[in-house]
Amino acid sequence: MARMMYREAVLSTIAEEMERDENVVVLGEDVVGGMGTAGGPEAIGGIWSTSAGLFGKFGADRVIDTPISESAIMGAAAGLALTGKRPVAELMFADFIGVSLDQIWNQLAKFRYMFGGKTKCPAVIRMAWGAGYNAAAQHSQAVHHILTGMPGLKVVMPSTPADVKGLLRTAIRDDDPVIFLEHKALYGVKGEVPDDKDFMIPFGHARLTRAGNDVTIVSTGLLLGFCEAVADKLAAEGIGCDVIDLRTTSPLDEEAILDSVEVTGRLVVVDETNPRCSLAGDICAMVAEKAFASLKAPPLSVTPPHTPVPFARELETAYLPSIPKIEAAVRKVLSYR
Amino acid sequence: MQLSRDQLLRAYRQMKVIREFEERLHVDIQTGEIAGFTHLYCGQEAVAVGVCEHLSADDKIVSTHRGHGHCLAKGCDVDGMMAEIWGSRDGLCKGKGGSMHIADVDKGMLGANGIVGAGAPIAVGAGIAAKINGKGHVSIAFSGDGACNQGTTFEAMNMAVVTKAACIFVFENNHYSEHTGFEYAVGTSKDIASRAEAFGMKVWRGDGTDFFSVFETMREVLDYVRVPGNGPAAVEFDTERFFGHFEGDPQRYRGPGELDRIRETRDCLKKFRASVTGAGLLSDGDLDTVDADVLQAIEDAVTKAKAAPRPTAEDVLEDVYISY
Ligand SMILES: Cc1ncc(C[n+]2csc(CCOP(=O)(O)OP(=O)(O)O)c2C)c(N)n1
Ligand SMILES: [Mg+2]
Repeated sequence: MARMMYREAVLSTIAEEMERDENVVVLGEDVVGGMGTAGGPEAIGGIWSTSAGLFGKFGADRVIDTPISESAIMGAAAGLALTGKRPVAELMFADFIGVSLDQIWNQLAKFRYMFGGKTKCPAVIRMAWGAGYNAAAQHSQAVHHILTGMPGLKVVMPSTPADVKGLLRTAIRDDDPVIFLEHKALYGVKGEVPDDKDFMIPFGHARLTRAGNDVTIVSTGLLLGFCEAVADKLAAEGIGCDVIDLRTTSPLDEEAILDSVEVTGRLVVVDETNPRCSLAGDICAMVAEKAFASLKAPPLSVTPPHTPVPFARELETAYLPSIPKIEAAVRKVLSYR
Repeated sequence: MQLSRDQLLRAYRQMKVIREFEERLHVDIQTGEIAGFTHLYCGQEAVAVGVCEHLSADDKIVSTHRGHGHCLAKGCDVDGMMAEIWGSRDGLCKGKGGSMHIADVDKGMLGANGIVGAGAPIAVGAGIAAKINGKGHVSIAFSGDGACNQGTTFEAMNMAVVTKAACIFVFENNHYSEHTGFEYAVGTSKDIASRAEAFGMKVWRGDGTDFFSVFETMREVLDYVRVPGNGPAAVEFDTERFFGHFEGDPQRYRGPGELDRIRETRDCLKKFRASVTGAGLLSDGDLDTVDADVLQAIEDAVTKAKAAPRPTAEDVLEDVYISY
């Protein structure tokens, strides 16, 4: 085991996979930094420091610093993947899917199906997502509900450094296109990470991070930690919560959720996307359809409101799900008669 | 053409307001009291002011993530902008937008923008509206050298030509897009204006660190685009960014002594002072008076921003729609 930050887990996994497979290539804006400047290359190594040093190690053919051209970056990832490479493309902020969605959605995601299963598209699209930095409406969004709804994409949302390691390795070795969502507020979080260079976590397997018989709480990303805090607080009162970290939203581990709800009869889904046509709505509906008889209370979701992400600290705090809001929701499903 | 004493004083004051606004933010951001990402415009003041001094409120501009200078030059209220950046309820956008989204549509300022390359297409729309209205008004798209690599910018240039939009693409080439050099990222040539030319536009070039170069160039550009039927034009100004890409940028891409050198030789305020005092148009005393005045105005804006009411949780739900 090694102790490292979430961002270090991203970087070291990419480096290990580049070492292992020469077809793995990295591309994105400022993934090298300093190209064409007096200061010279490697001025930054990605604005999240998730590609620092790769250029020196693997060279310009495999670590491609791109102009600000997201459509071309996503399209190039698709083209690289169709022609035998394994691109790991960085979209600096998840919000920028707005500029590049055609290449992700109409191209990358659909090739295999449209081509009758005759091709593979092993591209990983990494993107930093999430609020909490007062970066306002165009640099703070959660977009996984949009991407999860697109057939052909796999969507991965690690919440710990160890999960980054295991899930990113799986993503890079996977033959389908994978969206890999890194929560900005987690980049500095430290944790134990297995040293095994083949450590992989399969997609579609949720992780139970707290166990209890009274309520099922489902979450991902930054908010998972908030849910754990609520579970720990309630445990002291004798209330037991199952906390489920989805890890991947596509494929979705329905079984883990349904097994838990069969025991608890109560469900709270906590997610950072807006509430309409959302991940939370999707999971609540799935449970209502498949475990209605087990439910002792209507499923509840805790999400931001149906608004863009606001800028000011007070506004963003009010916008985001919080520990008190999650706790209130859990108490509400518990007190339902 | 010779500017009047009042015009000269006003132009200097506008540039100085931008400079001091940004220098003050640079200091205040270090205290941690100001939230979010902030991109300062210091070094490029002559472009915003040299362009906007020609415009009326009926002319529109569309800005970028580095938008404070464009907003101030287009007449956005200093207090309202400072309050917005401090995230207060009195801010121009009620604390909802912050540094990257300042807008004042009544003043013809159609928004800073967090998405690189998003502005040019919007300016085309405003330029088509100006053409339809037929009153000789124009729209301006400010874009960086990095934004000129975005497909949206290419599409906007071609569509402006096709539609004969009364639109001007102003490219501010400060040689960097974030941490990457212009020479690496722009593959065709050493210049952006020739790209615009290839789309079929008349183009101009100017020194973006010299107010007079920008102002005189823009007079020609505007004389051309304001003529009904002429359609769009583009202009590239070579300029400098005095701070990092964002506040907190380690700037490892700079060469040794680069910042000192550009502050010394490429400072539009220094150049302006030398030029007008050298020609005997204004005295150092005249300019010093403006300096003191501006410093006080910025100080007042900060005091008001700090004291302004904070937004509340209920405000989050406001302004998503007009009616719903
Ligand atoms: C679509 C999009 N891609 C990337 C970014 C991140 N980003 C913000 S500013 C910037 C560089 C812009 O360079 P340039 O257009 O030259 O403007 P300057 O910063 O020099 O004013 C980048 C890459 C963004 N905000 N939007
Ligand atoms: Mg630039």
